[in-house]
Amino acid sequence: MKHTLAVLVENKPGVLTRVAGLFARRGYNIESLAVGPTENPSVSRMTIVVEGDDHTIEQVCKQLHKLIDVIKLSDITQDPHVGRELVLIKVNAEPHVRGEIMQIVEVFRARIVDIARDSLIVEATGDEDKINAIEAALRPFGIRELARTGKIALVRGSRGKVLEADLSEQENVSQTG
Amino acid sequence: MKRTGAQAVIEALLQEGADLVFGYPGGAVLPLYHALADSPIKHVLVRHEQNAVHAASGYARTSGRVGVCFATSGPGATNLVTGIATAYMDSVPVVIFTGQVPTSMVGTDAFQEVDVTGITMPITKHNYLVKDVAELPRIVKEAFHIARTGRPGPVLIDLPRDVAQAPCEAPIPEQVEIRGYKPTYKGHAGQIRALAKMLSEAERPLIFVGGGVVASGAEELLVRLAETLQAPVATTLAGLGAFPEDHPLSLGMVGLHGKPYANHAFMECDVLFGLGVRFDDRVTGALDKFAPQAKIAHVDIDPAEIGKNVRVDLPLVGDARTVLEDLLPLVQPGKREAWLKRLQELREAYPLTYGRGGDVRPQWVIQRLGEMTRGRAIITTDVGQHQMWAALFYGFTKPRTFISSCGLGTMGYGFPAAIGAQLARPDAMVWAITGDGSFQMSMPELGTAVEQNLPIKILLFNNQSLAMVRQLQHFYYEGKYTAVRFSGNPDFVGLARCYGAEGLRITKQEEVIPVLEEAMQNGRLTLIECLISEEEMVYPMVPAGAGLNEMILPED
Ligand SMILES: Cc1ncc(C[n+]2csc(CCOP(=O)(O)OP(=O)(O)O)c2C)c(N)n1
Ligand SMILES: [Mg+2]
Repeated sequence: MKHTLAVLVENKPGVLTRVAGLFARRGYNIESLAVGPTENPSVSRMTIVVEGDDHTIEQVCKQLHKLIDVIKLSDITQDPHVGRELVLIKVNAEPHVRGEIMQIVEVFRARIVDIARDSLIVEATGDEDKINAIEAALRPFGIRELARTGKIALVRGSRGKVLEADLSEQENVSQTG
Repeated sequence: MKRTGAQAVIEALLQEGADLVFGYPGGAVLPLYHALADSPIKHVLVRHEQNAVHAASGYARTSGRVGVCFATSGPGATNLVTGIATAYMDSVPVVIFTGQVPTSMVGTDAFQEVDVTGITMPITKHNYLVKDVAELPRIVKEAFHIARTGRPGPVLIDLPRDVAQAPCEAPIPEQVEIRGYKPTYKGHAGQIRALAKMLSEAERPLIFVGGGVVASGAEELLVRLAETLQAPVATTLAGLGAFPEDHPLSLGMVGLHGKPYANHAFMECDVLFGLGVRFDDRVTGALDKFAPQAKIAHVDIDPAEIGKNVRVDLPLVGDARTVLEDLLPLVQPGKREAWLKRLQELREAYPLTYGRGGDVRPQWVIQRLGEMTRGRAIITTDVGQHQMWAALFYGFTKPRTFISSCGLGTMGYGFPAAIGAQLARPDAMVWAITGDGSFQMSMPELGTAVEQNLPIKILLFNNQSLAMVRQLQHFYYEGKYTAVRFSGNPDFVGLARCYGAEGLRITKQEEVIPVLEEAMQNGRLTLIECLISEEEMVYPMVPAGAGLNEMILPED
């Protein structure tokens, strides 16, 4: 089963290598990994989608926790959360099929962000199912290039468990927990 | 506070109580050596960087303190790799400094540049490439903290030459603050109560201990627990010395080459309490046949070890000593006469025996050594048959006296580790038990030991072969012996002498005791070459895929 891990890490060089290296060396399968800064400049957020049974995921989480640069980690798969991915698709678009493509774009509430003589770039955001669906819908026209960001996610609600809490507060939580 | 980065490092080392550095210099690490020269810290110049880490590891394991090494960039750093991996697998606290090319040249394939933080990422607990001298004092302090706390391990600091030479105004911080690193020492109270109940109610409890007990200093509490419960105690290889083997409740080592009665006891216990162990494959044998009747409780400071290899009924994260402190008042004393009687039957039915062999029996030699040193010497070993005989026949009674590469099985570890051990404990008698193959991997350190005036005793079992590998070929590869025989071994006794050390030889059984006695009394670095047969086998042996009770035992 696929799990979504929300990981807060030190915003330092080499941290991505540590995380990616851990997955490679222990034979865990990363579906996607998205990383970027957070509201706190010293902290980055990684959203990792990983495939595995419960035992494997437990090991993944424990091993990630052992990395000194990992500050906080939650498996949010079962928590209500908003998960989004962004895709850019460069699709063949001779003038006679453009209308059809634009309809598809409309249906998926996607956008056309670039137009060339015989191609378009479509931008779409959504959950994994939606991204897969728009990709499938455009495939018959001929996809020239495609870039996906991988999933990013936040837990719903005003305070998405400890994850959304202030970092210093979290340390107290983890010590008593 | 006008000091260089390198001077700040030395200042931090002194603050951490480091009195000894093992190392090997080169261009990129010279700033550190320059600063070291003006300090009271002693430097031990080894003959190969790998042995600097091994020696620091031997020092750390015997003393319980953090070992420190220096090496230069490039080849100096890559030579460390086996040493670091060895320390990592055995959770040994070592802090390693490597010189690096100046920051402006990092990433340009400069002369003697290598990405040492990249290379050592999977074999260190943490590592640092220092780019800003202002961070250096904090990093050194953090490195020591990380190395020695939680599950200990090696930490590497890669220090570019310009950073080491830059002025460093930053003070050493008073405290370490790492928000992503908070090891759990204290066990969960509810789980401890549950564990106490489980142990108190067990009919056939078995306590199974490893390196975590040694690392946390829990040996006295362990004896009290075992006596209160009247439960036997078995150890892993790394756990040797955590429980005195002359204690009536001791079962000794369990596993692939464990004591036969210990292996049988695992099949029959109803509660197995693993403390500071990681249920390594060399210990469990086939997992589906492991401790089939037992509920398993597992205490370890590293949460990732719990449930990794075996199913666990009662998981508990915490430090062995802290957990035992909390556990002891809660367990009920028991007599367990039936279980103790059964264990006695197992001891009689499945004793530890030698099997057939040559004139001088290595097992017998090690038993005599154990008696003559009353199980109190510090024993380092290399890797091979001799390692297993040392583990099975010496009779360890004190923690931090069995120093061996347990997790990685690194040949060449024993002698440099003995150098570190002797420097940590100048008063102690240190024996390096080695084989002709292993010793030749770190033989040049004879020079280091002579220079440092160390009265180490090297007991070298010479079978002219890599006999442990030969044993594998005997059992698994139709006895076709390939690439295991040495025909060009040196005259080891002459070799020792040409370094200015003492060299002695044992060729027959009558010589064993006099030669060991002479070595124990001469106060000098001494190599004893003991000639044995390559046809010796280590028994018992659990074949691949078998359960612990399905051992191959000697025929006679
Ligand atoms: C660095 C390294 N290379 C290879 C091995 C594989 N190996 C395990 S035991 C052994 C033989 C060791 O020979 P020796 O030191 O003479 O010990 P003996 O088994 O003969 O007592 C070898 C080659 C190893 N453990 N470490
Ligand atoms: Mg040999």
